[in-house]
Amino acid sequence: MVKLVLTEDETMLADAARGFLDKSAPVKAFRDLRDAGKTHDAKMWKEMAAMGWAGVLVPESAGGSDMGHAAAGVLAHEMGKTLVVSPFLSTAVIAATALRHVSDARAEAALAKIASGEATYALAVDETSKFNPDATAMIATSEGNGFRLTGKKTFVVDGALADRLLVLAKTDTGLTLFDIPADRAGVTRTAQNMIDARDSARINFDDVEATGDDVLGQVDSAMTVLKPAIEAGQAALAAEMAGLSAGAFGMTVGYLKERKQFGTLIGSFQALQHRAAHLWCEIEVTASAVLHAGRKLDEDPDNATMAVSLAKARATSTAQLAVQEGVQMHGGIGMTDAFDIGFYMKRARVGAEWLGDYGYHANQVAKHRGF
Amino acid sequence: MQSEQELKHFRAELRDWLEANCPAEMRGGEPSEASVCWGGKSFEFESDAQRVWMERAAAKGYTVPTWPVEYGGAGLNRAQEKIFIEEMDRIEARNPLQSFGIWMLGPALLHFGSHEQKLHYLPPIARGEIRWCQGYSEPGAGSDLASVQTKGEDKGDHWLVNGQKIWTSYADKADWIFALIRTDRDAPKHKGISFLLIDMEDPGVETRPIKLISGASVFCETFFTNVKVPKEQIVGDENRGWDVAKYLLTHEREMISGGGQGLSGGRALGAVLNESLAEGQEMDSVLRADAMRCEVDALAIGLTLERYKDQAEAGTGAGDASAMLKYMGTELNIQRHELLMSAGGSDALEWDGPLGNRPADWLRTKANSIEGGTSEVMLSIISRRVLGLPG
Repeated sequence: MVKLVLTEDETMLADAARGFLDKSAPVKAFRDLRDAGKTHDAKMWKEMAAMGWAGVLVPESAGGSDMGHAAAGVLAHEMGKTLVVSPFLSTAVIAATALRHVSDARAEAALAKIASGEATYALAVDETSKFNPDATAMIATSEGNGFRLTGKKTFVVDGALADRLLVLAKTDTGLTLFDIPADRAGVTRTAQNMIDARDSARINFDDVEATGDDVLGQVDSAMTVLKPAIEAGQAALAAEMAGLSAGAFGMTVGYLKERKQFGTLIGSFQALQHRAAHLWCEIEVTASAVLHAGRKLDEDPDNATMAVSLAKARATSTAQLAVQEGVQMHGGIGMTDAFDIGFYMKRARVGAEWLGDYGYHANQVAKHRGF
Repeated sequence: MQSEQELKHFRAELRDWLEANCPAEMRGGEPSEASVCWGGKSFEFESDAQRVWMERAAAKGYTVPTWPVEYGGAGLNRAQEKIFIEEMDRIEARNPLQSFGIWMLGPALLHFGSHEQKLHYLPPIARGEIRWCQGYSEPGAGSDLASVQTKGEDKGDHWLVNGQKIWTSYADKADWIFALIRTDRDAPKHKGISFLLIDMEDPGVETRPIKLISGASVFCETFFTNVKVPKEQIVGDENRGWDVAKYLLTHEREMISGGGQGLSGGRALGAVLNESLAEGQEMDSVLRADAMRCEVDALAIGLTLERYKDQAEAGTGAGDASAMLKYMGTELNIQRHELLMSAGGSDALEWDGPLGNRPADWLRTKANSIEGGTSEVMLSIISRRVLGLPG
């Protein structure tokens, strides 16, 4: 039975994460990274790995902490609050979940490298401006015991710097997921200059060789491995966006309590109070959907699709509201680059699109609810 | 806490019981205001099935599943309650009995009442024998509820009550009323109110239905002229009725939010909308998009209610959550009924037409964001108590 309250361990994890991030990764750290033109902080990722975050979904036998999807959500939530840049979602959540659904020695070794922070991954699925894995057009032509991959991927989050790529391509009778090193011959990566100042790439595959060993799971049935991985990613991304909403909201309410106009605190104006109170309600409701999605993935993963889509849909709309209200209530200063609220707005926009936008997920929910 | 095995057993037993005892007519269909079983001395059951369902459920304590057995409930714990809701939803069972006694007075009595009061008042509520109404608002005390002026003079063994209440829902059909009465005119407004229980058959109690935009008269005006209320009919301490009122309001707000019965009676909005469409007609893209958004929000609000219950059980409750649930739930319910009207098209425009009570239900929902504290009052409560904003 799904219980919608954090366990003691999860609460401790959240507190510990907050403590670490406030010290090592406040929004200022993100700003410094951006100003330096960087999209990744390798040292930070090593520290996170040392704390067990990279292995949050890796079995203990492979050196992970194996805390589950709700716990992964707790970490993503805390990272979202202060816009922490890390390959957590791509590597520790998506790739780790995919690898867990493959039971062989190679996958076990790969999981160990994720947990230790040695290997990072990116998921190369999108080919057009909208998420739609079923419509994948990239082709993997079989040749002897292996394949040749030719095609283009876009919006490969963490793709410019990742060590390895999970690539979805069409094979004879279905879709197949490949796990290849990012520096394999024929792979050309072009970093995208993203509004959220994070790593994303367009990747061109020109007759790239893939062996049978590079296939994750079974040929022609990528979804047995990829579906749980994507759902885990969507749920954790929803958690990050819920954290982002809480972060933007905290800044905004703080501002209402210090900014004076007309000789009084602007937080005493009912028009602003009601906007803030409404936003708080939306954040509370979304928090329930996010926790529920994590619990479903842990306890009933084969039937988690609706719960995950519900969380991602709610998190998307709530984050959009949180950043819009955030800028509006900050007034002119909210439009300046020197002020942090704009960073939240840009990240919320990227999070809204990644792994399926509001419409995609609302449609998933509707499908499960019979319309 | 029970083992998984025991809960499984409970679910299996419950499922069998529901299968055997919930009449087919009491399953499925969009619940309407008109099909609610309210109970009470003068209640007219719409069918034998409705009466049988209430009586069978009451005999098992399932009209108030979480109340203690000695007060007419089934004594279910949180885990069992979840299973109960799931199994009721699974067969789309209608609520066997709903009432202000169950939603509002019951929780207040369980919290503030004496053992004797609980034994006296709760079982008849659980059995659907006594129907209660709420005497809160007055012509001069709406959103500013603590300004109630209906007065109770201390006459030794009783209070002599005089004044007027308004928006007393279903007062014309109720057997008893719980009311906020000013028993100390000199104290600050929150500190001079007592929470009294009054028999509607007492001499001097008069009630008059108010005709509403829905054509129905769910709200009434209720007048008290020299009504003698025995001293033992007070809940909580004298002049401390505001504490009881506030406690009860949180339950009222959760009830209005849809928490009492689930926003759609467990049914997906899309399915209900599809049924309303004329044969061969498809949901147009705008209606479908609005419905999807509404469904997403309804599911998430439902989960929030569950989360708060889990938090309350774990002792980590966030305090004033009812204002949020009330605000979000009622605004959603209003939207939902707009969509139902839209799906119904011109069929939904006739009183008692092809879609029955739909137009009346639609109009009824317009009060949702007013009764029990307006949406704006809810937002002000949140802004002050949760966000700590000034003033």
